[in-house]
Amino acid sequence: MRRSLSLLSFALALALGLTAPAAWAATSLTVYTSLEADQLKAYKEAFEAAHPEVEIRWVRDSTGVITARLLAEKAAPNADVVMGVAATSLMLLDQEGLLDGYAPAGLDKVKPALRDGRPQPHWIGMDVLSSALCVNRTEREKRGLAVPARWSDLTDPAWKGQITMPNPASSGTGFLMVSAWLQMMGEEKGWAFMDALDRNIASYTHSGSKPCKQAATGEFAIGLSFEYRAAKLIDQGAPIELVLPAEGLGWDMEAVAIVKGTAKLDAAHTLLDWAATPEANALYARSFAIVARPEVQPQHNHIPADLETRLTRQDFAWAAANRDRILTEWSRRYDAKSEAK
Amino acid sequence: MTMPLPLPRTSPRRLGSLLPAGSVLPRPGSLLAVAAPLLFLLLALALPLAAVLSQAVRDRAGHFVGLDNLRDYLGNPALSAALGNSLALSALSAVLCVALAFLYAYGLTRTRMRGRGLFALVAQMPLLAPSLLPGIALVYLFGNQGWLKGMLGGHSIYGPIGIVLGELFWTFPHAVMILTAALSLADARLYEAARALKAGPWRRFLTVTLPSVRGGLVSAFVAVFALVVTDFGVPKVIGGQTPLLATDIYRQVIGQQNFQRGAVIALLLLLPALLAFLADRLMARRPAASLGGKAVALVPAPNRWVDGFFLLFCGALAFCLLLIPATALFASFARLWPYDLTPVLTHYRFELMDGGGWTAYGNSLRLAALTALFGTALIFPAAWLVVKGRAPMALRQGLHGLALLPLAVPGLVLGLGYVFFLADPANPLRPLSGTLTLLVVCTIAHYYSVPHLSAMTALRRLDPELEEAGRALKVPPAVTLGRVTLPLALPVVLDMASYLFLAALTTVSAVVFLYDPDSMLAALAVLAMDDAGDTAPAAAMAMLIFGTGALVRLLWALVTRSLLRRAGRWRDGR
Repeated sequence: MRRSLSLLSFALALALGLTAPAAWAATSLTVYTSLEADQLKAYKEAFEAAHPEVEIRWVRDSTGVITARLLAEKAAPNADVVMGVAATSLMLLDQEGLLDGYAPAGLDKVKPALRDGRPQPHWIGMDVLSSALCVNRTEREKRGLAVPARWSDLTDPAWKGQITMPNPASSGTGFLMVSAWLQMMGEEKGWAFMDALDRNIASYTHSGSKPCKQAATGEFAIGLSFEYRAAKLIDQGAPIELVLPAEGLGWDMEAVAIVKGTAKLDAAHTLLDWAATPEANALYARSFAIVARPEVQPQHNHIPADLETRLTRQDFAWAAANRDRILTEWSRRYDAKSEAK
Repeated sequence: MTMPLPLPRTSPRRLGSLLPAGSVLPRPGSLLAVAAPLLFLLLALALPLAAVLSQAVRDRAGHFVGLDNLRDYLGNPALSAALGNSLALSALSAVLCVALAFLYAYGLTRTRMRGRGLFALVAQMPLLAPSLLPGIALVYLFGNQGWLKGMLGGHSIYGPIGIVLGELFWTFPHAVMILTAALSLADARLYEAARALKAGPWRRFLTVTLPSVRGGLVSAFVAVFALVVTDFGVPKVIGGQTPLLATDIYRQVIGQQNFQRGAVIALLLLLPALLAFLADRLMARRPAASLGGKAVALVPAPNRWVDGFFLLFCGALAFCLLLIPATALFASFARLWPYDLTPVLTHYRFELMDGGGWTAYGNSLRLAALTALFGTALIFPAAWLVVKGRAPMALRQGLHGLALLPLAVPGLVLGLGYVFFLADPANPLRPLSGTLTLLVVCTIAHYYSVPHLSAMTALRRLDPELEEAGRALKVPPAVTLGRVTLPLALPVVLDMASYLFLAALTTVSAVVFLYDPDSMLAALAVLAMDDAGDTAPAAAMAMLIFGTGALVRLLWALVTRSLLRRAGRWRDGR
């Protein structure tokens, strides 16, 4: 009997040891994000070093999932802050009354084009993310094809089954491309272009990075993705050519906002204050060529310095207001080729 | 969903005859004891399932709408295509898998080919990894840069071909186990009689062998069908543009946060699984060609041609099975597949990847250990209460019935049930949401049936006189259980624990709706990394799970062997 008792207490001790949560000294801030996994660690470390009293707890998923999740949790939000999510999505959430206004320290130093115009902005931009093509040089040369220079080159039947792009319903990168094509070409020509492109598409991925990563391994020759992922993969030695189509690039801002009703308002303000500092902007600049603070000048090996002039004119209010309609139409036309999720 | 143990055939209705009559009035202690597992299954299984069912007939605002949701879903051709695809591909996978597994099991049991022990081990290997592994390996083998792409003759691996190949790998051990069990029960006298009647080898096969394993064939078909229809790991990775129920439910719930539609698909998923379960139970009720006490075990005679053929067949199949983990292992070390195959360890540096990396792996180990520990501690005594307990028959039968229910419940449905069950603000269990504790509870409930059945089989083999002796000596039943029954049944208890450990390590389906960033699991990390296009790190994590599973199986085999040796000495009175 005694032996079985000691066995029992051993089992209990083991169980407790295995389940016991670590004790938190700092305020834990739940931050919903669509930032890339390889950016999260640096952002968290830098912020927590500057503000040890607050700890970031990331909940990461793609833009579409984060947006849908925040909308679904409207009655009882789980998030305190949304960070690194497309501004069009944040505008949409704002229309639903989900975001709180706050003017962080140093707001006047943030480029006016990259923030909500109100004195108590409901979102503040961090950086600009722009679309780009990842073309696998080896696979392209194997087929004896020229580097595509324009969006319209992608409809060449020679590329049939060799192109992947992110699903705009789940990926922010996908949505900014679709939104830019519709605004740049007009709705009718925009959808006609996408119909033609669809004939060459092998699959619509859930993630905005995956098309570029698949181009890197040659699984598909061309990935429609964004400039940071392309530059990063080139640095890692992938045979990738970064192409910025001549008609102009779709783009969106990655932005940060406070979820209305958070119980940790002070900590949320601390994070927003930090997000607008030059130090934080220097971190964004490691990935992106255009950041919110003008005094931070990013230097990139693979992204041209004139990126800003290549961006198309975007009406974000229009994109946010029409997001649902565009995605419904997109799903109706092309959903059959989408990855699950 | 894994079930590495063949299911003993017991129908709830036949249970009555096997239980000792409740001749003694139940004592409050025995009532209390049986209430504990009943309460667990009620809370962890029945109520979440009820929550799914009730959501499927409500609209978003919570009003009752009857079958409108279902009609909506079936009325949308893009969505209902998933139903047809799921049924067709599951049936195809099941037919192919059972055919291959039958020949393989035949080679293992009815021939004298060399290497049978090794082949039996290789057939078990797919149980060590989540179903995402075959998907990932198939991309490396047959994808656009795959080594064997030419073998597909221009067809794409992304779609039905990939799904069926991946599911064949993943369900093979289940079919082989069931068919090995069926084929190893053979009465040599029947074959002798057939030979005396001048029946040739084919005739003997058709008139003696096939009828004796009919039950096993149906069981294997049903088990594989149910596994495939509810699996989403393989189609998630390699399904391409083929919509299936299992991937659709995931897309609706995670991607679009459309929980109502998720509940409707859950209902559709529950049906085939439930039908498969009922068919299997119905077969079990028919008197099997059981072996009488006078049966003579069949010892296959050596035959150069037959043994040679099966060696070739099993060898080829074993090679194909081994190719999957071998490819994933190779790819996980290659710097940049397919251009730079220099071996590096960078893909095992998970901290810059999606999915929580090494923390997720640690969580998975904790989940597996806790599930094995608490699961066995719950299921074994509960099975003892069903077989040997003295609570009223109705309670024991209720417990047994609930314990079999998970066999018919797909993990995705159970997981979604937890989401609905815990979403209710009035639910006092709500704070458990997203915790590892919840994942442990869910995993125990999800995999409850198989260990329950093996515990029941083992307990029935023990002489009831042991309990009677205990009673005569006025020892409380719990002491008899702890001092006599448990040590005797220790190998089975270890088997249950190792089953639960592996199941918890590789499960994706139920937990995919339940984790939060602090309780991320390794198998879910594989999913997240593949989703982000990090295929090589996903392969690395899948192989890490595979290696851990193999290690646990090895330890289990060593411990069991030494236990059996000790028990043997004890039995021999040495």
